[in-house]
Amino acid sequence: MAGETLFDKVWRMHVVLTREDGQALLWIDRHFVHEGSHHAFAKLRARGAGVARPDLSFAVADHYVPTRDRGAAIGDAAIGRMVGQLSDNARAHGVRLFGLGDPAQGIVHVVGPEQGLTLPGLSIVCGDSHTSTHGAFGALAFGIGASDVAHVLMTQTLWQKRPLRMRIWVDGAWGPGVSAKDLALCVIATIGADGAQGFAVEFAGAAIVGLSMEGRMTLCNMAIEAGAKCAMVAPDDVTLAYLAGRDFAPKGDALARAAADWSALASDADAVFDREHRMAAADIAPVVTWGTSPEDALPITASVPDPAREADAGRAAHVADALDYMGLAAGQRLSDIRVDRVFIGSCTNGRIEDLRAAASVLAGRRAVVPGLVSPGSSRVKAQAEREGLDAVFRAAGLEWAESGCSMCVAMNGDQAGPGERCASTTNRNFKGRQGPGSRTHLMSPAMAAAAAVAGFLVDVRALPAVR
Amino acid sequence: MEAFTRLDAVAVPLPYASIDTDQLIPARFMSRPRAAGYGDLLLHDLRSTPGFLLDDPGYAGARIVVARRNFGCGSSREAAVYALVDAGIRCVIAPSFGDIFAANACNNGLLPARVSEAAAEVLLARLLGPDRRLQVDLEHATIGEMGFEIAPVARLKLLRGWEDIDLTLSHRAAIAAFAKGDAARRPWASATETSATGAST
Repeated sequence: MAGETLFDKVWRMHVVLTREDGQALLWIDRHFVHEGSHHAFAKLRARGAGVARPDLSFAVADHYVPTRDRGAAIGDAAIGRMVGQLSDNARAHGVRLFGLGDPAQGIVHVVGPEQGLTLPGLSIVCGDSHTSTHGAFGALAFGIGASDVAHVLMTQTLWQKRPLRMRIWVDGAWGPGVSAKDLALCVIATIGADGAQGFAVEFAGAAIVGLSMEGRMTLCNMAIEAGAKCAMVAPDDVTLAYLAGRDFAPKGDALARAAADWSALASDADAVFDREHRMAAADIAPVVTWGTSPEDALPITASVPDPAREADAGRAAHVADALDYMGLAAGQRLSDIRVDRVFIGSCTNGRIEDLRAAASVLAGRRAVVPGLVSPGSSRVKAQAEREGLDAVFRAAGLEWAESGCSMCVAMNGDQAGPGERCASTTNRNFKGRQGPGSRTHLMSPAMAAAAAVAGFLVDVRALPAVR
Repeated sequence: MEAFTRLDAVAVPLPYASIDTDQLIPARFMSRPRAAGYGDLLLHDLRSTPGFLLDDPGYAGARIVVARRNFGCGSSREAAVYALVDAGIRCVIAPSFGDIFAANACNNGLLPARVSEAAAEVLLARLLGPDRRLQVDLEHATIGEMGFEIAPVARLKLLRGWEDIDLTLSHRAAIAAFAKGDAARRPWASATETSATGAST
């Protein structure tokens, strides 16, 4: 009998029971809710139900929070109501709230790991598709909709069908100026925006082992953009070092016991995956998107594709539609695309390592377009300020703001205008994602910083040296 | 939840791949309470696109949408399903669906029917002609003469109009027993805030 994959092991630990039709009832270890949970709490009220395990539920204000003037009352009544509703629901149900004004507030997928709430071997859900982020610790983590959020609140369980298993093996060492974001976009471009649909993905290989936790989180975060059910990396010494001393992480004897259990969380040598992909880190160049799907990604050295040269009719229609929306011409060099603003932040690339990467490009340089930097959490913000990164961003002419989802989802008022082109470290270049009519180019923090300096999409490796 | 058995209705072709949930309902509208209805927000920002047929009088009263692959990818927002359902849509036919969208659809009585890419192209082309009705039969998993795919579990849930929670609550004892055993098996999995010295706070 073949061995088990990492996914199989974590899944098995959480199965309460399996129905005849194969649906498994899974125990949920951590449930994060944000402002969007108001639909789910309304369902609880309609049923007269309570929260089954408030001790395993955590509320984080991120999607709607203002990133400026935190001390003042929220000007927009609808936004104020969304933030207030989360606080009210958390208080009413005895759920720990990381709200506005909490020094640990931030984006839910940054806060969970940072607090040590995210641990190897846990099952973690949240009403947000980028919950896949937490899989970087070897957790089974995935996004769910409001009905399922209500189900978890009421029962601390969820019915699920077991997905297939995919391994993406990445060999070798990373080239200069290349990051986990470039790999993520490269993977999505290779397998497609639905290439991992129905699969639990494991990232493995020397290049993955060589990534920091921040890099692993970026990679697992973006797996949903390939349609993955979830993404995982086996826990190792890098994981343990990250967790050491975090508020909610086990300590002392409890940690020793946990670490012993976690050491078994790796795919067995004879484990069988339903699909395997293999890539070499050395082949990956800095990547940018040109279209309206994350699969529309190419190395910065390439040119905008031509719909007339697409063999598939559906693909040709998509390319033509995307170029029209993005205001680009077929065959145009990517490095000839002028940008209007930059955004650095989000659950994809708002962690301290991301800010360091952007700041290292901006140090001693000036941005020629406006830009906003929103740290992934208030703790990341404090850390960055201790390191003097805020001074680097400000000196370069970028705005240093508070933490939230901000321009990644444009729900709090931070947005790009119609027709504006934004070089962004976020996860989705969908039409209107950063505001009605906005045009988004996804890239790494270093590439976004380089675009700010050049005013064009540019290869960060080719930026002239600071004098 | 309203059960889904058969549907004979006008179908509107939306020949786009990866119609993401940000298109189905733009984020800026999501602070609206559900009771106020989401139907007018469906595909809000695409409706003014030339050639976009959702508001075409020739497809008035449509209860079925046909699209290209990866329908409902992106954000987990269930409001995308609310917008479709509130606009009268009961079935989306496409070659593939975002996982979370498909789960949300089945939790709201909306049928995500999978067909091959070739079959989707046939339907998209046919719906541009005079015959704009489709007959969807969930019991037999057919669209007219054509078959479609849906996970058996999702099919039964839609046919019966079941909500997961009712079944789950019947397993209360099993859940409690699991939680007790699990706490012993994985003591480290509890979420306890501790100081640096290891003492609980």
